[in-house]
Amino acid sequence: MSAPLTEQPAAPLPEELAGPERSGRRGGALVQRLVVVRELGILAALVLLVVATVIANPRFLSGQNVRDLLLSAAILTVLAAGQTMVIITRNVDLSVGSVLGLSAYASGTLMVVAPGTPVVVVVLAGMAVGAVCGLLNGAIVAVAGVPSLVVTLGTLYAFRGLDSLWASSSDRLQINAADLPSGFKSLGGARLLGVPVLFLVAVVVVVLVGYYLRTFRSGRELYGIGSAPEAARLSGIPVGKRVLTAFVVNGALAGLAGVLYAARFQTLDTTAGTGQELFVVAAAVVGGVAIFGGSGSVYGAALGALLLTTIGTALPQLGLDPFWRDAAVGALILAAIALDRALQLRLAARLRGRSARR
Amino acid sequence: MDHAPVPSAPPAAGSGDGTVVLALEDVGKSFGAVAALRGAQLELRAGEAHALVGENGAGKSTLVKVLAGVHGPDTGRVLLDGQPVTLADPAAARAAGIAVIYQEPTLFPDLSVAENIFMGRQPLLSGRRIDRRGLAERCRALFERLGVALDPDRPARGLSIADQQMVEIAKALSFDARVLVMDEPTAALSGVEVERLFAVARSLRASGAAVLFISHRFDEVFDLCDRITVMRDGQWVSTDLARDLTVDQVVRRMVGREVSSLFPKTEVEPGEVVLEVRGLTRRGVFSDVSFDVRAGEIVALAGLVGAGRSEIVRAVFGIDPYDAGSVRVSGKALKKGDPAAAMAAGIALVPEDRRQQGLVMELSVERNATLTRRWELAKGGLLSSRTERAEAAEWSKRLQVKAGKLSDPVSTLSGGNQQKVVLAKWLSTEPTVLIVDEPTRGIDVGTKSEVHRLLSQLAAEGLAVVMVSSELPEVLGMADRVLVVSEGRLVDDIPRARADEDSVMLAATGQGSSIAEVAR
Repeated sequence: MSAPLTEQPAAPLPEELAGPERSGRRGGALVQRLVVVRELGILAALVLLVVATVIANPRFLSGQNVRDLLLSAAILTVLAAGQTMVIITRNVDLSVGSVLGLSAYASGTLMVVAPGTPVVVVVLAGMAVGAVCGLLNGAIVAVAGVPSLVVTLGTLYAFRGLDSLWASSSDRLQINAADLPSGFKSLGGARLLGVPVLFLVAVVVVVLVGYYLRTFRSGRELYGIGSAPEAARLSGIPVGKRVLTAFVVNGALAGLAGVLYAARFQTLDTTAGTGQELFVVAAAVVGGVAIFGGSGSVYGAALGALLLTTIGTALPQLGLDPFWRDAAVGALILAAIALDRALQLRLAARLRGRSARR
Repeated sequence: MDHAPVPSAPPAAGSGDGTVVLALEDVGKSFGAVAALRGAQLELRAGEAHALVGENGAGKSTLVKVLAGVHGPDTGRVLLDGQPVTLADPAAARAAGIAVIYQEPTLFPDLSVAENIFMGRQPLLSGRRIDRRGLAERCRALFERLGVALDPDRPARGLSIADQQMVEIAKALSFDARVLVMDEPTAALSGVEVERLFAVARSLRASGAAVLFISHRFDEVFDLCDRITVMRDGQWVSTDLARDLTVDQVVRRMVGREVSSLFPKTEVEPGEVVLEVRGLTRRGVFSDVSFDVRAGEIVALAGLVGAGRSEIVRAVFGIDPYDAGSVRVSGKALKKGDPAAAMAAGIALVPEDRRQQGLVMELSVERNATLTRRWELAKGGLLSSRTERAEAAEWSKRLQVKAGKLSDPVSTLSGGNQQKVVLAKWLSTEPTVLIVDEPTRGIDVGTKSEVHRLLSQLAAEGLAVVMVSSELPEVLGMADRVLVVSEGRLVDDIPRARADEDSVMLAATGQGSSIAEVAR
């Protein structure tokens, strides 16, 4: 249709009719700035926390301490990257902690049963276990139309139960470092240019997911689905298929997190990853991912994960009881939500001003 | 596909003799027991603008949703280029070249305007990556053609309704539409914007597309369209060249019913003015609405869906706020935005949607019926079931509610009997003004006349009744006066003697009294 239309001066409207104010032009830049402000805000909080902690305890920034921090953050970050994809579609996956546990136990068992398995295969196997769990979640959500909150609350217990059942019916209630091949164990402490490899894995995951969400049609459609599900349906987006995909990818990433967990802690029992699901959602929300979908970035979620992990390690250094961590996380979530709401109201007011005519 | 040339249709330039692009044959669609479409038909030709008109509930929007792939028809066929097709979902309809502009814009508030327009069709670079710069440029080019000054990168959130509609139009324009369906797109647009929209529709038509235009504004229909199809009660009535029709003829075909004798309003000598509404205004919804209602009178608010009738009565009752004006009940000014004060002053409102707003579906008949009086009936802060039951029994007898037991949940009752429970609930507060919004929607004919008889009897007992209704026969049969609302304004006040279907319909569609005068 465009071709013939361009030939004729369609709708040649007088300038005074055609142009409301030109200031509408800058609305996009405004939004961009606010998104950056949002992510800079978390970064600022992180810097503040680190500076305060370093003042209290200069050894906080010692090499080993930072490396431990990054190792802990790696697992949460990978989970947060996957969770972001799901939350953006106006869903949530509460089963990721259990998926992590199941995948960690599965990959551990694989290495015990077949010690010669290459690390790559172990990683892929862990991700496959997670993907199957995600497929189950996603299929129930997308096909049966059951709210994801309920579905994944159910599978949270189901997957954990499966894990326990498996462990108790085999003779391995716990897999210890001694049972694992040394090639795999060295992965946990491996470094590249001084940076833990596990953290680099997390960085790669975040960059890939971030690039996908921003650059591909199906990635944008995930945002569309979360922003206005009915509009998504009317504009021909295959909503079910996209939501299913988001759950499968999230499952696979939770599986990957399980393998990273195995490599880091090297002691696997059926409680691995317990309670992680809410921590992951917290990281995403603190990172500016809207819980009702449609907006937020995986980079923000990753920063949120880093911040929450840092709080956990920094509080003891500041002389506070580690039990304060939960309170601090709670305060942070509330602050993040308040900040988002304030920014949103401000933005809405300013955009309305721009849209107002005559 | 975005840049593909127009399909090989002869540029008939509005003469209406192009080939048939899309046709509906004998299409039926039911929702539960309600038949929205029964033997609907439509034929859209290349290079033609086609109008679809009909009363509220005639099935126009359902027909649009069939074309859009949202609803699959129960019976009948959809033909594309003479071949039967199944428009299984919106994506299939799009692939077939059908673009739909809905009455309500369907945008993604969090995404940019450009992304909204090109969702799923973004220009790509190598490796299927989205070309962001190209996206903004194409969007800007579209906006330039439309004469819209919007930033492609701003989010859709916060756009005015008119701007949202322009984005929808840009979206429809941006893809290779062979059929453009516009479901009342002009409701939210100002004159200039309507002109822009029509310029787009005309250029699409000139390039061989078929345009389906749905509107209640006859001036626009006759201005733009080559042929007009009239629908009534889900059925096809007629299709004619616009130049062979007059507004009067179209209106008559839309209404096309005999006013039945189902509506036994008894003559009552009206008493004192009990409800006075002066200059009531809610910006963007309705403005400067003034009217009086006397005791014993039934006054109907008639008009099209979306004209603002329900909003007016909701503001009078205090559910919605208003910006200017006043409401007086029996001479005393009523505090605005305070339903409790309105109830205390003697107003009762039976809302439009009884399932959502009128009843607590899970609660028993007796609980529902006494819900408005739970404080008066309580003794020492406690409600006894016996008091509730006695009270409910009295009212259900007066209104002839047919319920198994009064302790049954109200959801087990038929629609008509549910409506009686809502009425009982409000009548037991002994109001002086009763406002009923669509009192017989979705009620079978028998119960309908019972509700009418009841309203008439209440008026005879001195109650002032304000009735919002989309059913013309009901309005004409029941009302002593018909207040016609069009686009948020009270445009006419027609006494019973002069009220007929033509006069009400013409006023409601904004044809003003000038045409109505001629018709008389």
